[in-house]
Amino acid sequence: MPTNTSRRGLLFGAAALSGGALLAGCTSNESKDEDTGGNEQQVADDKPGKKVTIGFAGPQADHGWLNAINDNAKERAKKYADVTLESTEGSNDTAAQIGQVETLINKKVDVLVILPADGKALTQVGLKAMKAGIPVVNLDRVFASPQAYRCWIGGDNYGMGLSAGQYIGEKLKDKKNARVVELAGLDNLELTKQRSKGFDDALKNYPNIKKVARQAADFTVESGQQKMSQLLQAQKNFDALWNHDDDQGVGALRAIKQAGRDDFLMVGGAGALSAFQAIKADDGVLKATVLYPPTMAASAIDLARALGQGKGVSGMAEFEIPSFVTCYSAVVDKDNVEQYMPTGFK
Amino acid sequence: MTQPAPAAEAATRKSTPADGGSPWRTKLVRFDVRTLSLLGVLAALVVIGGITQPDSFLDTDNVQLVLTQTSVIGVVTVGMTFVIISGGIDLSVGAIVALASVWATTVATQEYGFAGILFTAVIVGMGCGLVNGLLIAYGGMVPFIATLAMLAAGRGLALQITDGKTQMVTVDSVLDLGLRESYILGIPPLVLVFAGVTVVGWLLLNRTTFGRRTVAVGGNAEAARLAGIDVRRQRLYLYLLSGLCCGIAAFLLIVLSGSGQNTNGNLYELDAIAAAIIGGTLLSGGRGTITGSVLGVLIFTTIQNIFALNNLETATQQIAKGAIIVAAVLVQRRTAHTS
Repeated sequence: MPTNTSRRGLLFGAAALSGGALLAGCTSNESKDEDTGGNEQQVADDKPGKKVTIGFAGPQADHGWLNAINDNAKERAKKYADVTLESTEGSNDTAAQIGQVETLINKKVDVLVILPADGKALTQVGLKAMKAGIPVVNLDRVFASPQAYRCWIGGDNYGMGLSAGQYIGEKLKDKKNARVVELAGLDNLELTKQRSKGFDDALKNYPNIKKVARQAADFTVESGQQKMSQLLQAQKNFDALWNHDDDQGVGALRAIKQAGRDDFLMVGGAGALSAFQAIKADDGVLKATVLYPPTMAASAIDLARALGQGKGVSGMAEFEIPSFVTCYSAVVDKDNVEQYMPTGFK
Repeated sequence: MTQPAPAAEAATRKSTPADGGSPWRTKLVRFDVRTLSLLGVLAALVVIGGITQPDSFLDTDNVQLVLTQTSVIGVVTVGMTFVIISGGIDLSVGAIVALASVWATTVATQEYGFAGILFTAVIVGMGCGLVNGLLIAYGGMVPFIATLAMLAAGRGLALQITDGKTQMVTVDSVLDLGLRESYILGIPPLVLVFAGVTVVGWLLLNRTTFGRRTVAVGGNAEAARLAGIDVRRQRLYLYLLSGLCCGIAAFLLIVLSGSGQNTNGNLYELDAIAAAIIGGTLLSGGRGTITGSVLGVLIFTTIQNIFALNNLETATQQIAKGAIIVAAVLVQRRTAHTS
């Protein structure tokens, strides 16, 4: 995903999304604020409307965040009396997932929501669905061609890095020769590079801060513990740590405890429940986490429903739902953790 | 050097080696030549680490860290060494570690505290090993296929149990074992367990009938059978042993990471096999040493440690790791041939 589109999407995301309640909560203010255009297009709301069957092809939930994606989609679909969710068994296997999507196409579902195991590899089947007249909501991992989806909604990896860098920058801006360490995710993934790029770009605004070390882990608790304990050994003093992922953060926090270190502040990533709890308790180094909200799956269902019913999004002057929605990577710290607690995933 | 131990000799309970002299001396001499080359590789790494990061590499904390990180995969490698010496392979070790660790960290198991977690991990590990052993020894399946099936099934079951979630350990006595306060004379308890497993493994291989039978089965299974060894039962025991080691490793990993996750033990099978091979174990069976395998694992962990201390990028790490593995095997080969 090119970063310039992310930035554009960021505007949409910030405007349209708040804690996952994209369409649900907007009822009162539209008449008084936004009656400039002739509001011919109906706007989606909670009231039962035309029946919509949504096909959902999600990932294999072998990671807390992916599991939360599936849960969010299913929970949100249950909320609507007019939505039937046809969901396939989650899969990490490209060929299997293509088969699943084709099955959903054959079943003639009204709208498709697809989180591809590999965006590029699933592009063709996305195109096929669109050609068959089934609008596709592409969730998070983006297809190679914009023709393969009607609407994309996903997270902002660059923005995660940016938010984390800005938060740390503000905390350390008065400190001379501040040192920062980065525990990255899986380096084989493009998203890891984007997160690091955003982080580096944010730190450029703070010349007093220097990134002294970066090591990549594998998004797992085990790798987080292992890599963090080595980082702690390598860097006897630093002021802040950004860890890309809260799951590997469980391991990283364990390593920090084992090393008996508490001389720096830590920022996490993604938004796991355990991270929120640690931030709320405020008894360790973890002071904040930057979101990559799994609620985007619930929003994808909202968007798919609106598409199926031919409605637009409330709170926006556009008649149609946007083609590109990037979720904002908000910083969750002690001040606002209570608000985000219900979205935390295990 | 690939000469298999004569099966008849191996079957005799109190054997005198055919090449004469006391068993102690012959063992120690052979042990020295092979091991020295590995120690040389390790020493070279230590020098590299010491030169590049003199402040952090050689201090006590780091030595403790390297040994702790060696412990989990080290215990797995000891079991793997036995299996490979017998001419088999166990591809399921990582999956067994994952399954044992998530089973042992379920809420139900944690209710029974320390003992409940340890017991479950060991039993699950042995259970998987038993299934492997039965399939291979009595079901006539090729070890590669049987353990590959266990790899898939074990990972699947682990995923099903956790539902993709990380299971946090709440039992303090388990968590405390991984903290500095629990060190005994400066040695982390995990390292002591690893040392214990190594010593037991060494004795089992070099000083017991079980060990001689293992070598005999790996050298020539038919000859071993003719010499009166129950080859099938021996194979069953060996996979059971590997499963037991995985169970112990799973417990150590729980202590280390304070949690159970279905991604635990990722690629352990490759690391354990590679460490055993670097340590001089023949993939075709019939020869291998515990000391060599343990040094092989230590070499791996030390490499990783040096990489991290020098803040190398992931790509560079992987290339360098490949090169060092090749170098270690070449050095090992050369010295082995000249002995």
